[in-house]
Amino acid sequence: MADGRAQIRRSAGLRLWLPAAWLLTLLVVAIFAPWVAPKDPLAQDLFSGGLPPFWVHGADRSFLLGTDSLGRDVLSRIIFGTRIALSVALISGVLTCAVGASLGLLAGFYRGWVDTVVSRFIDIWMAFPPVLFSILLIAVLRPGLFSIILAIVVIDWTRFARVIRAEAMTQGAMDYVASARVSGRGKFGTMVREILPNVLPIIVVLLTLEMGIAVIVEAILSFVNLSISTDDPTWGGMISEGRTSIHQAWWVLVFPLITLFLTVLSFSQLGEGLKDRFDPVLR
Amino acid sequence: MNYLSIRNLSVRIKGGGPLLRDVSLEVAAGEVRGLVGESGAGKSMIGKAILGILPKAVEITSGEIRLDGTDLLTLPPAARRIKVGATCALIPQDPLTALNPSRRIGPQITDRLVDILGWARSKADARAMALLAEVQITDPARVLRQYPHELSGGMRQRILIASAFAAEPKLIVADEPTTALDVTVQKQILKLIAGLQARRGTALLFVTHDLGVVSKVCQSLSVLYSGKVVEDTTVADFFRAPTHP
Amino acid sequence: MALLRTLLLRLMTTAITLLGVAVIVFFVIRVVPGNPIAMMLPPGATAEDIARLTALYGLDKPIPQQFLIWGLGVLHGDFGTSITLRRPVLDLVLGRLPATLELSVMALVFAILIGGTAALTGTRLRATRVEGAIDIAHGMALSVPDFLWGLLLIVVFGVVFPVFQISGRVTPSLQLPFITNFYLVESILRLRFDLTKDLLSHMFLPSVALAIPLAAIIGQLLKQCLKETMHLDYVTLARTQGYSEARVIWRQALPNAILPTLTLVGVQFTFLIGGTVIIERLFSYEGLGNMAIDAVINRDLPLIQGIVILFAVIFTGVNLLVDLTYAALNPRLRHG
Repeated sequence: MADGRAQIRRSAGLRLWLPAAWLLTLLVVAIFAPWVAPKDPLAQDLFSGGLPPFWVHGADRSFLLGTDSLGRDVLSRIIFGTRIALSVALISGVLTCAVGASLGLLAGFYRGWVDTVVSRFIDIWMAFPPVLFSILLIAVLRPGLFSIILAIVVIDWTRFARVIRAEAMTQGAMDYVASARVSGRGKFGTMVREILPNVLPIIVVLLTLEMGIAVIVEAILSFVNLSISTDDPTWGGMISEGRTSIHQAWWVLVFPLITLFLTVLSFSQLGEGLKDRFDPVLR
Repeated sequence: MNYLSIRNLSVRIKGGGPLLRDVSLEVAAGEVRGLVGESGAGKSMIGKAILGILPKAVEITSGEIRLDGTDLLTLPPAARRIKVGATCALIPQDPLTALNPSRRIGPQITDRLVDILGWARSKADARAMALLAEVQITDPARVLRQYPHELSGGMRQRILIASAFAAEPKLIVADEPTTALDVTVQKQILKLIAGLQARRGTALLFVTHDLGVVSKVCQSLSVLYSGKVVEDTTVADFFRAPTHP
Repeated sequence: MALLRTLLLRLMTTAITLLGVAVIVFFVIRVVPGNPIAMMLPPGATAEDIARLTALYGLDKPIPQQFLIWGLGVLHGDFGTSITLRRPVLDLVLGRLPATLELSVMALVFAILIGGTAALTGTRLRATRVEGAIDIAHGMALSVPDFLWGLLLIVVFGVVFPVFQISGRVTPSLQLPFITNFYLVESILRLRFDLTKDLLSHMFLPSVALAIPLAAIIGQLLKQCLKETMHLDYVTLARTQGYSEARVIWRQALPNAILPTLTLVGVQFTFLIGGTVIIERLFSYEGLGNMAIDAVINRDLPLIQGIVILFAVIFTGVNLLVDLTYAALNPRLRHG
């Protein structure tokens, strides 16, 4: 076919495996951080402060990506920052999914007053600007991993709820559901046994996308210093420090930024790739 | 020399099967030729090929389409569409979708007269009014100011017919103009088209699957069967001795 | 008239939504660990000082009573006084609002220009490699949030090619003759184009960062709508009349493709406004979002309330405006 778009779409297989490979690498790095990282991320060495990455003149080879103003190794801090990023991603993603998908399923399948209540709830919820809401919530709760996770769940459950509700409604109107009901299954049973499996692919896609969002939210919160304590390295925290010294030590900002960029991009592309894969199966 | 002369035209889906195979047909100036075949035989494709509106997924592989001697397929795209715009017109099949829903009727008739043919706005408006009267629309001034959704299917088809004749084309391609209409309205529309054509002597290629229509309006016809022309004769001869099912 | 009735109904639901927002904000932020008064006073303040100021701001009363007091004040236009900045909340909020509005609108304009061009080009050159490249660009722009684009722009244009400014709204040393806070608008009206240039060079990067995700959404959706419209009969009819492809896209397809795009853009614009919070912080831009972050960090309750309510008002206002515009533009709704 002389269709240029088809040629580009043929590389779609790559679109799934490349991000998956990156994310898997991150997972391994996060788990084995103490062994992978060349230095202690918290160790300050004021004599080695502000060193550039290894290919720049004046660098110290043992600090591959340079050091920040307090002499802490950038590479090691990025590696340890992966732990926080991924834990937040995984836990928030799963919890948000659980809450949002459940409410969405109930609203979409049971309809009636359940749907009205949930829908109005969603509307009010979505009147809040998400970033402001998350910052607000963090300020309310004590800073810490738990608070971030809670904040993400509280803010983003509507994303799942809306989509799953629509899907549940569509599925609920289909014949196989009616026949299940006729054959004696109760409403709740039908929802779980018949509808849920058909909604599962969408849930997986949304979950992947949600994890990417969670990583970003955590980074933004660390950026405004509302995340966990300031000692443990986070990508957002490093970016925040790097932002102020960008003209003197650009590497403190750039390397965590690249890592963050690749990670967020990976989650997005993986999610979109999965969506494409599932589409023909669903329709 | 005939006004429209198609020789050995072959059209296919890009990277796929053929739609038209080695099609040849001629329409003389002032002649009304029917183009018949079942749905899917490729009739519409011929009309689209002439007018230059083939879908992007379809391509011409060989042949020539001559309008008044000039082969359209050898012209650069801009020259081709101007020649087609200046000398041809289309009466489309579905009156419900062939008019722009967010514009009034008047501009939809007059714009091409002003933009492409360079007429003065006043001349174009006058022409639109005159033609709407000719297709027996009462109160043309009011209709010109209305939007398509305010008018019935029959009315809209008349407007489309008027619009096609407004530019004084030498060739009109009528793509199943009565198929989407009620049987009662079909007869009226056919009479209108026939009348307008006779008064102006426009060449007309009438695409349809309905032989009854052909017998009423056309002088000659070509029969298309799965992409190939299988008969080419006068209407009188055809109905005396048809050779295909 | 049907339009009027719809309008009144929408205003009512809007009011209810806003009330819900106000209640949630009010009660949520009072469950705060961290006493704003204590944070405000220098260390070594006595318990009496803290108690006095707490009473001054009415924070010692039961929460429902505080809400009533605040609610009554709002109806009189009094949103309370900021604890950290010691000025009326309404003044502070309205003072910073123009900066954020200018930034958001500029971002919207960029988004429409970039997204619109991408959509029109992709439609004109459909089924070519160019369209494929545009699709990829859209995908990437959507995968990455404005926060990261902002950082990227800071790195590229702040360090590598220092063409634009990456901090603040205006060069601090400049004398500003403005009476309103709509600096950009006023600088143009006063013909002080030197100031306009300075303002633009500060506003350019943050508004582009804000614009990129919205541009991708506009580009994708408009291209989709345009391509669907291009298949319609009246479009092909126009092509037989002698109009060029580009002309047909512009005059026949575009007006009909814009309507469905409009609603989505309206909603997404509210997300863009939400994005100003972090983008302003990133670029140290003195707008509402930046003030909001400070307010939250300092637990400045009255200020937080005021800002959140204002954001909610803007959100619901934009939604209302979009619905009205859609109803007005759709000829079928207008006449039918």
